[in-house]
Amino acid sequence: MKFKGKIWIFPDDDINTDVIFPGKYTYDPLTPEQMAKHAMEDYNPNFAKEVAKGDIIVTGKNFGCGSSREQAVISLAKVGVSCIIAKSFARIFYRNAINQALPLVISFDCSDYVIRNKYALKDKEISVDFDIGIIKLHDEEFHFPKLDSQALEIFKAGGLVDYTKNRL
Amino acid sequence: MTGQTLIQKILAQAAGKEEGVTENEIVFVSPHMILSHDNSAAISKTFYEITGPNGKVWDPNKIFIDLDHAVPPPDYKKAENHKIIREFVKKQGIKYFYDCGTGICHQVLPEEGLVPPNVVILGSDSHTTTHGAFGAAGIPIGRTETASVWAIGQTWLKVPETLKITFDNFLPKDVYAKDVILDVIGRISADGATYKSIEFYGKTIDKMSISDRMTISNMSAEAGAKAGIFPVDNVTDTWNKQFNFQYEKLEADEDADYEQELSFDLTNLTPRVAQPHKVDNVVPVEDLPRTKVDVALLGTCTNGRIEDLRIASDILREKQINPDVRLLIYPASRSILHQAIKEGLLEILVEAGGQIGVPACGPCLGEYGGTLAPGEIAISTANRNFKGRMGTRDAEIYLANPAVVARSAIAGYITNEEG
Ligand code: SF4
Repeated sequence: MKFKGKIWIFPDDDINTDVIFPGKYTYDPLTPEQMAKHAMEDYNPNFAKEVAKGDIIVTGKNFGCGSSREQAVISLAKVGVSCIIAKSFARIFYRNAINQALPLVISFDCSDYVIRNKYALKDKEISVDFDIGIIKLHDEEFHFPKLDSQALEIFKAGGLVDYTKNRL
Repeated sequence: MTGQTLIQKILAQAAGKEEGVTENEIVFVSPHMILSHDNSAAISKTFYEITGPNGKVWDPNKIFIDLDHAVPPPDYKKAENHKIIREFVKKQGIKYFYDCGTGICHQVLPEEGLVPPNVVILGSDSHTTTHGAFGAAGIPIGRTETASVWAIGQTWLKVPETLKITFDNFLPKDVYAKDVILDVIGRISADGATYKSIEFYGKTIDKMSISDRMTISNMSAEAGAKAGIFPVDNVTDTWNKQFNFQYEKLEADEDADYEQELSFDLTNLTPRVAQPHKVDNVVPVEDLPRTKVDVALLGTCTNGRIEDLRIASDILREKQINPDVRLLIYPASRSILHQAIKEGLLEILVEAGGQIGVPACGPCLGEYGGTLAPGEIAISTANRNFKGRMGTRDAEIYLANPAVVARSAIAGYITNEEG
């Protein structure tokens, strides 16, 4: 599983699910495509329009904290984000992401490097190889622990419901 | 490999990895037991989406379903929800089903002897951390995942880092486990243990009862923890005698790698109160401005045990609650209710003006059984004071220990002073 895309740098810590997917939409019966239009709306209102398929977010610690709303994950996945790299993720966000097949990478070093060099690295290309656990960016390489092969399978199946179906 | 923390050892066992597990590794574990409650109707729907209409659960002897969240059901929709669950239980032959009135899931599961040490308990309820009190890893998961575990018997977990908390010295008189955990959350904040497992040690807990430990493990969830575990000791061994569990004493290695080690000296701790609307908004009760209360709630999976009812009864004996206060008492299980009857506690509580509810969650989740009106204020032994939690966004909830709740019910405002 490999991804390559333009980097989006959200340098803050504690970006919560309310700014990722505003609470005012959570009780509207939206399709995933409609949810995607609101991705990151209260953090960067242009994000959903400008993001391209495959782009990769790099951010600080505790990304996705706050409410457990699964729409935060679904809107980011549907809008085209291929994976998110952060210093850390809130626990339920992390689980929701894997179960919805949105890959996450915890790499303090990569996030720290990117955030420190955020002006120089703006719009650069970044690639993530889950099979060998390496992020490549410019001349830099960052290693992250390989995902358990079974977790990789959840991604490959397209999420937990389909993964479980396949295993029956 | 470096030394292993307790959660690493428990997860390694559950995942069948003799060589141990490393932090942040993703492992697949099979639970000893998987818990759910009124949400089992929704979970059963997802379950059949996965398996098709004739699907069978992986093991009916490992599924625990307890109706506790809307008990007795306040309207026909919630009654129907229960009916769907009963039908599912019959069709699937679920062994551990507890119908309305048995008690709150986190109380009933250990009372029924279903929480031996060293095992993984998964639960589709965020306070599944409670089972850490018994030396198990009680880990909350989501509904979709619960459906998936019902189907295939396992789920993935990331091996967490561990926060080691040591409590030195002994608790002063009239200060309780609830104050200890409120103080910890106030200090480390509501995300102070996110994704981490907490291990508890120290002189203070050597003396703590199972009930005290359950209060602390329960509220570990409010600091974001994935689990909050008390290593097995004499207190656990004594509790376990009633169930004849066979187990070895699992301990963290001496050179276990803790993400952080904190120690708290509790010698000068005083009762704490969490103010609206965040659990980490904690102050000593004596620092609160005079705050009038409308409802005093004694109960929930945090503090609805016999020990808590005894504390409150001692204070309320031959007293009357303030006429402007409703005192709601929800014993956490039928066996606690039964014990309270035998000890004469209910007589004291009723004579003082309290209303006794069915063993269940009651107004903790704000759907029935004593919800607040806009503008009202509650003092509660529960674990959450979020906006809207007890029914309306325009009410305020303060969290405290059972003694403060009882004294406030007498005074009519939040206090720990004898009325
Ligand atoms: S008593 Fe409250 S916190 Fe505990 S399980 Fe019931 S609703 Fe949840």
